[in-house]
Amino acid sequence: MRPILMKGHERPLTFLKYNREGDLLFSCAKDHTPTVWFADDGERLGTYRGHNGAVWSCDVSRDSTRLITASADQTAKLWNVQTGEQLHTFNFDSPARSVDFSVGDNLAVITTDPFMAFTSAIHVKRIASDPSEQTGDSVLVLKGPQGRINRAVWGPLNRTIISAGEDSIIRRWDTETGKLLQESEPEVGHTKQITSLAKSADGSHFVTGSLDKSAKLWDIRDLSLIKTYVTERPVNAVTMSPLLDHVVLGGGQDASSVTTTDHRAGKFEAKFFDKILQEEIGGVKGHFGPINALAFNPDGKSFSSGGEDGYVRLHHFDPDYFSIKI
Amino acid sequence: MADIINMKDAEALAAEWGIDTSQIDFDSIELPPGEDFGIISDDEDVYQEEQLDSDTGFGNVIVVDNLPVVPLEKFEKLEGVVRKIYTQIGVIKEDGLWMPVDSKTNKTLGYCFIEYNTPQEAELAKEKTNGYRLDKSHFFAVNMFDDFDRFMRVPDEWVAPEIKPYVPGENLQHWLTDEKARDQFVIRAGTDTEVFWNDARHLKPDPVYKRTYWTESYVQWSPLGTYLATVHRQGAAVWGGATTFNRLMRYAHPQVKLIDFSPGEKYLVTYSSHEPSNPRDANRVVINIFDVRTGKVMRDFKGSADEFAIGGAGGVTGVSWPVFRWGGGKDDKYFAKLGKNMISVYETETFSLIDKKSMKIENVMDFTWSPADPIIALFVPELGGGNQPARVSLVQIPGKQELRQKNLFSVSDCKMYWQSCGDYLAVKVDRYTKTKKSTYTGFELFRIKERDIPIEVLELENKNDKIIAFAWEPKGHRFAVIHGDGPRPDVSFYSMKTAQHSGRVSKLTTLKGKQANALFWSPSGHYVILAGMKGFNGQLEFYNVDELETMATAEHFMATDVDWDPTGRYVATAVTSVHHEMENGFNIWSFNGKLLYRTLKDHFFQYQWRPRPPSFLSAEKEEEIAKNLKKYSKKYEAEDQDVSLLLSEQDREKRRLLKKEWEDWVNRWQRLHEEEKLERQKLRDGEASDEEEEYEAKEVEVEEVLDVSEEVVSFE
Repeated sequence: MRPILMKGHERPLTFLKYNREGDLLFSCAKDHTPTVWFADDGERLGTYRGHNGAVWSCDVSRDSTRLITASADQTAKLWNVQTGEQLHTFNFDSPARSVDFSVGDNLAVITTDPFMAFTSAIHVKRIASDPSEQTGDSVLVLKGPQGRINRAVWGPLNRTIISAGEDSIIRRWDTETGKLLQESEPEVGHTKQITSLAKSADGSHFVTGSLDKSAKLWDIRDLSLIKTYVTERPVNAVTMSPLLDHVVLGGGQDASSVTTTDHRAGKFEAKFFDKILQEEIGGVKGHFGPINALAFNPDGKSFSSGGEDGYVRLHHFDPDYFSIKI
Repeated sequence: MADIINMKDAEALAAEWGIDTSQIDFDSIELPPGEDFGIISDDEDVYQEEQLDSDTGFGNVIVVDNLPVVPLEKFEKLEGVVRKIYTQIGVIKEDGLWMPVDSKTNKTLGYCFIEYNTPQEAELAKEKTNGYRLDKSHFFAVNMFDDFDRFMRVPDEWVAPEIKPYVPGENLQHWLTDEKARDQFVIRAGTDTEVFWNDARHLKPDPVYKRTYWTESYVQWSPLGTYLATVHRQGAAVWGGATTFNRLMRYAHPQVKLIDFSPGEKYLVTYSSHEPSNPRDANRVVINIFDVRTGKVMRDFKGSADEFAIGGAGGVTGVSWPVFRWGGGKDDKYFAKLGKNMISVYETETFSLIDKKSMKIENVMDFTWSPADPIIALFVPELGGGNQPARVSLVQIPGKQELRQKNLFSVSDCKMYWQSCGDYLAVKVDRYTKTKKSTYTGFELFRIKERDIPIEVLELENKNDKIIAFAWEPKGHRFAVIHGDGPRPDVSFYSMKTAQHSGRVSKLTTLKGKQANALFWSPSGHYVILAGMKGFNGQLEFYNVDELETMATAEHFMATDVDWDPTGRYVATAVTSVHHEMENGFNIWSFNGKLLYRTLKDHFFQYQWRPRPPSFLSAEKEEEIAKNLKKYSKKYEAEDQDVSLLLSEQDREKRRLLKKEWEDWVNRWQRLHEEEKLERQKLRDGEASDEEEEYEAKEVEVEEVLDVSEEVVSFE
């Protein structure tokens, strides 16, 4: 089907997130307003106004009532999804990069960038069920990795946190003690910055995309490498189909060199790979710049991509997609 | 022997001793001979020549003998004279001139030492001033300082050299006997140089040999594929064998830039150019011709770059390579160089000029050898403002008699194209229009093998078309021309003999509006690729000239190179990083345009098929095979089938394994996931479902009061 073009952001997209039911799509961009859309027809539902910097990432609670966003204005904000009201602001000393709600939505992991004298850090915050009782205290702060941490997510039963970033190493932390449990093997791991990380629907494994032009699939329990997907462009965004064994990679030539070459040279396609056979299945073209964000609808029947060009493209699959054989 | 210390410690130590390390040029430090301080050179190819330089560090010192013996009063004057002579050749180092004085007689000893900046300068000084006449009784005798040492070491007694037992060498043609009849190719990417079999049946390259830092600039197969030549700072080397790639020979030539094999690969020409110490001078050029098998220098040429600049008056761009063009087919009998108003033809028996002199040809612009026979085609432009017409001549070597000549009028430029067997010569002639404001192009076609060498003139239907590319069908009688003015030029095919016109050139067809700017004929003829390189983004059209039909069109985006394998079965297209940094790598296609496989390599520099020597089959036999191809191909078709069956079987097996592995992993995970179910529920405040589908969709109507305002409405 023809993709739905959603033009609501004025700056490059940074992150996309569906709610659990798959009827809402949240988008973050370098302009300051996260936006919520109907995931079916792409109609804009509303925006969340209050940030004063690029918004890097967001997460929505399981019951679709709370939204948390991380922004370069050195805050993470908690929102009422329905009304757009700001419930709480977590203040940091440096830009906040990624957020993720835990199982049960009682905790959130927020990463902050290295900035001036501050090193990068992973903060765990308790999310109160009553917003009036919400405090800004951190339950836990993890430090150590060099450079930016681009993504941190919860492991099974909230017992671990998985982080990945600029130093191209994936780390597993204990949320009880704050200890570093494990680092990914450098021989099999990425060789350049990890730009994105996406968990499978059941949380058993996750896929990482890197500027080394590959994506890798890992076991979330022991960080063992399961699969590698090799492509020909730097990978900025990854996602996995919850329905079929497909992995989608997005990316392209660095934004700064886009204008110097033919648009085909940039390879701004979203590439589909067979998750098990590691073979390329196909690609979805359309963006005029690198793809920065990808998300699959939880029903597996549509996906959306956000590009440097400021557009979100919402793709509903044709019926023959579901019968692809390779 | 000193212990090896790392840089950090060294710096600390230096600081301790008050040495400023930034003032030290580490590259200039010379270790005492035979001492490496435990640091083993990682370059096993350190050549003898190089060692000579560093053995004593006196490689740039010359000794000038036969100077007048003068008393101290005249010392300065003599020194001044000597200095004047030798600074003309190169820059003498500070305190680089030393004239010893006999302490008893207070007179000079009649010799002096001069130190230059580079060994090249020293050598030049020796060459130029040896025998220099200072006055009636003083003729300089100049020697390299190192030579004294070397000749002193020669033992007085002659010792019979030990005769080494004969060791049979490797069969260098072994790669031709590959059971699967595959071809090899070499690629360079990053620091690696790799040789592969093109395993088209398995749709992948099969690695043969890989070596990091194999060359310092580039590699090149010899024309018959026997050797792979690598270029290093100290010289060139050749390697051979099917899979072993042992080094067979080295050719010392410091700072070699370019190499070129003779067509029969008997000789290797190496070229280097050296910056002069006086920036006003032209670069110094050194060219050596080696015998490939013995490694002996057969002839060397030295001189300024101007002497080797081709095109007579031109020479702005410097030397055009190859300087020496080989003629006389595969026998490597002759080679020739274009000079100012002459062509110098050498023969390889004595490596001297034929008849001891060059061919004087006033104002000659260009020449080419026939690929098969010792015939030179040369072009002389118009002289005297058009009073003397331009001409193209065919000259027989070694007799130097003119076989055929054609005068041409109002010519602006000529280009000569030989057919690969030397049967035909096409001369592309650009002529001025009457107004002299623009040019138009025509062809003069020579039939070399026919009596009296008849010439035909061919003009395009549209005279104003620019010729974008021209190519003969290898071993054939057809040629293709890309012509046109616009962005989509036309491609025309012509034949020198068709059934209807056996003695005349005739057009076969014209393809209109093609995105092509280059022609690549299959080495066996019949097929041609019309390629749109660079500006056309790598469009490829595979065209069958026998049937005059397009077999396939394809694209290799931004392709920079197209290369047929020597058998004409496969084509490689490559994107090298020279032009384009994105998506470097190569694609392999079948002759009819089916993409077989693609390989991506970052920093991809070079792709080259290993050439094959010409077939031993006679022309009749080849024809017979072509006729009964069905009979011969059966065996190979069966093999193909077997392989493809095996492949699909292997593929299925691999997929089955991968699937099974994945399922096992998922099952393991599921078990753990089940075990943790209760805990997960607890985390979610008792919400039971893990399954995302199990939620109930309820339509709930929500009414929200946004605003309440009261208004008094009055009734009338």
